Amino acid sequence: MSDQTVQNFESLAPSAGQKFTQRVLPLAVFALIILIIPMFNPSNLMLTLLNVMGINIVFALSYNMLLGRGGLLSFGHAVYFGLGGYAAVHAMRAIENASYGDGGFWASYPVFFLPVIGFGVGALAGAIIGWPSCRRAGTPFAMISLGVAELIAAAGFMFGSIFGGEEGISGDRMNGPELFGLSLGPINEVYWFIAFWTILGTVGIYAFTRTPLGKMSEATRDNPERVEFVGYDPQRVRYLVFIFAGGFAGLAGGMAAVQYEIFTPEAVSLAPSGMVLLMAYIGGIRYFAGPILGAVVLTYMQSMLSDYSEAWLLYLGILFMAIVMFAPGGLAGIVAGLFNGLRADDRSERVSKWAIMVVGCVLAFVGLVALVEVAIRWSNGYGEVFEPFGMHLPTASVLTWVLIVLPLAAGFAILRFGATRNKEGQA
Amino acid sequence: METIVFSLLNGVIYGLLLFMLSSGLTLIFSMMGVLNFAHASFYMLGAYFAYTISEASSFWIALIFAPILVGLIGAAVERWGLRTVHVNGHVAELLFTFGLAYLIDEVVKIIWGRNAVDYRVPELLDFPLFELFGAQYPAYRIFTLFVALAMLAGLWFILNRTRAGLIIQAALTHPHMVGHLGHNVPRIFMTVFGVGCALAGLAGVIGGNYLVTDPAMAVQMGPIVFVVVVVGGLGSLMGAFLAAMLLGLLQTFAVAIDTRFADIFGFLGLSETSEVGAISIASLAPMLPFLLLVIILMVRPRGLMGDREL
Repeated sequence: MSDQTVQNFESLAPSAGQKFTQRVLPLAVFALIILIIPMFNPSNLMLTLLNVMGINIVFALSYNMLLGRGGLLSFGHAVYFGLGGYAAVHAMRAIENASYGDGGFWASYPVFFLPVIGFGVGALAGAIIGWPSCRRAGTPFAMISLGVAELIAAAGFMFGSIFGGEEGISGDRMNGPELFGLSLGPINEVYWFIAFWTILGTVGIYAFTRTPLGKMSEATRDNPERVEFVGYDPQRVRYLVFIFAGGFAGLAGGMAAVQYEIFTPEAVSLAPSGMVLLMAYIGGIRYFAGPILGAVVLTYMQSMLSDYSEAWLLYLGILFMAIVMFAPGGLAGIVAGLFNGLRADDRSERVSKWAIMVVGCVLAFVGLVALVEVAIRWSNGYGEVFEPFGMHLPTASVLTWVLIVLPLAAGFAILRFGATRNKEGQA
Repeated sequence: METIVFSLLNGVIYGLLLFMLSSGLTLIFSMMGVLNFAHASFYMLGAYFAYTISEASSFWIALIFAPILVGLIGAAVERWGLRTVHVNGHVAELLFTFGLAYLIDEVVKIIWGRNAVDYRVPELLDFPLFELFGAQYPAYRIFTLFVALAMLAGLWFILNRTRAGLIIQAALTHPHMVGHLGHNVPRIFMTVFGVGCALAGLAGVIGGNYLVTDPAMAVQMGPIVFVVVVVGGLGSLMGAFLAAMLLGLLQTFAVAIDTRFADIFGFLGLSETSEVGAISIASLAPMLPFLLLVIILMVRPRGLMGDREL
């Protein structure tokens, strides 16, 4: 009896091998993928896409420091991204002026280190704005972040010397001292810059989650009262996390400043704040890799899907709603579920369950796409006809509606069947 | 004098419109704890339904049926959407309504196009009612005033003088107790959600032709409705009414004032040409609600008349 009550805490700690495979290896693989990509000679279009992905990865990870790790739902995270980015563009202009003029501090500041400026300004903005916002979590925090975002967005059009009015502020990245032999002119050199900062940002944010502060932030998310009893101040923990999240968002902003060489007041508005929320949540906020996955998928959708369909925002909305309702773990959660399920004992049963779900989802998706695409063409009124795979689907034809209603109905019926079977299996 | 009277009238009408929009949200928020991001989207749906129905028949039929239609959609959303998400907590609910707002926006763009639709004031009410200081005042605005007041009276009557209203009031503060007493709380939730959305739809029917009916109207109105609810306070329709009036008057008066910062702070040496000096009070009008929101949340988190903190 007494042997069982005494716990051996050493056996609970992960071994060195486990630590390596769980903590170091995924990051090393992530860095390796980023470093290997240029060997496949990607096109300039692809490189631009990859650069935007890198920026969004750091941005979404910084957002998840708040939402996933801290339980703080923010509707204004783009404020820190934008302010950091604006600071970096202003610094870029200072470098340009200094290198042609009298020199001084900015003449010796390499463009390569502009994200550091972004980090500083983002953290500073977080320190100022976070002070009133972090008193409470939950809805008050969300509302304050929304109010502040609206205020800053409105101010963006008011202070022309800082935000540059409608057309924004632009700079030139090819000035100042060169670092690592990168002139940052061609896009493939910018890729190395983005790769460096993406890896550094990701490792930095991961390292943050391992610090005592990062751990306390998770504790504050789960049970602020208990944190208070243990002797920590939840308000202070939230505030410090908020500053760091703002800093990393500013770092992403600094990366974006070098990539685009321009910042407009749109960058601090509500739209990018909503986008980063979608990225983090669709990817999966409970996993560290979730926002990375979400940033990659959504950036790809944003640039590729928007070429195929005008309604890509609608698809994005549907994806988001489906994730909120049926898969709160996000894409990363789905992947993890698959991975664990394949190693479980009742493997075959799970696979058949998944097969039913996949068939249902695909059928419903086909019907939905047909409906949306036909509707879009009808709405535009140019007389254009939806022609997938050589088929001709005008609005008025019976075949069109059969192709819409049949898969939709069949898909939902199958999904319903799968859901009720699962319930019976559990009962 | 002229400006004051006109701003007062317009401010009161705008405030009443805001109250129509936010009364439903206050009920929903106080009872279910859901800050419905899509509430302004239901307002937009109301305006678009009214446009389509009044094209096919008349404005008066739209006035009755568009809010009912919006209310039914709202109830369906609660029944098959929010209830599923409820188990995952308030953040998931907030995110659900956030996604819903996205969806409704896109669907509206597909069905009615990206540009503003020509939703006009009915001809019967399209005349100047009276003349004030040489300027004509349109009858439709006064009609808006009366519809809003009628809604206010109706809401007050239902909530305070009927059995259903008393149950709703009880469920606002003690949902569990109401459930223990044998009332079907989920159905109360669904009804309140539906009615709240219908009220937003009514505001859309009235406000759509008074302001403008385009796909951006939800995004413009949404955050302001939150401000009304938060400033008014949790569980208080009276607070929402005061906050809506305050915001309506504040915004219309600010727009009417053309004073610049340089005129006010001129004694500090602020010049007309400097950037801060050139900012006029009128251009600050869109910022005022959010300034109020942040200040209220910092200084008095329970709002003007709220019975508990957010």
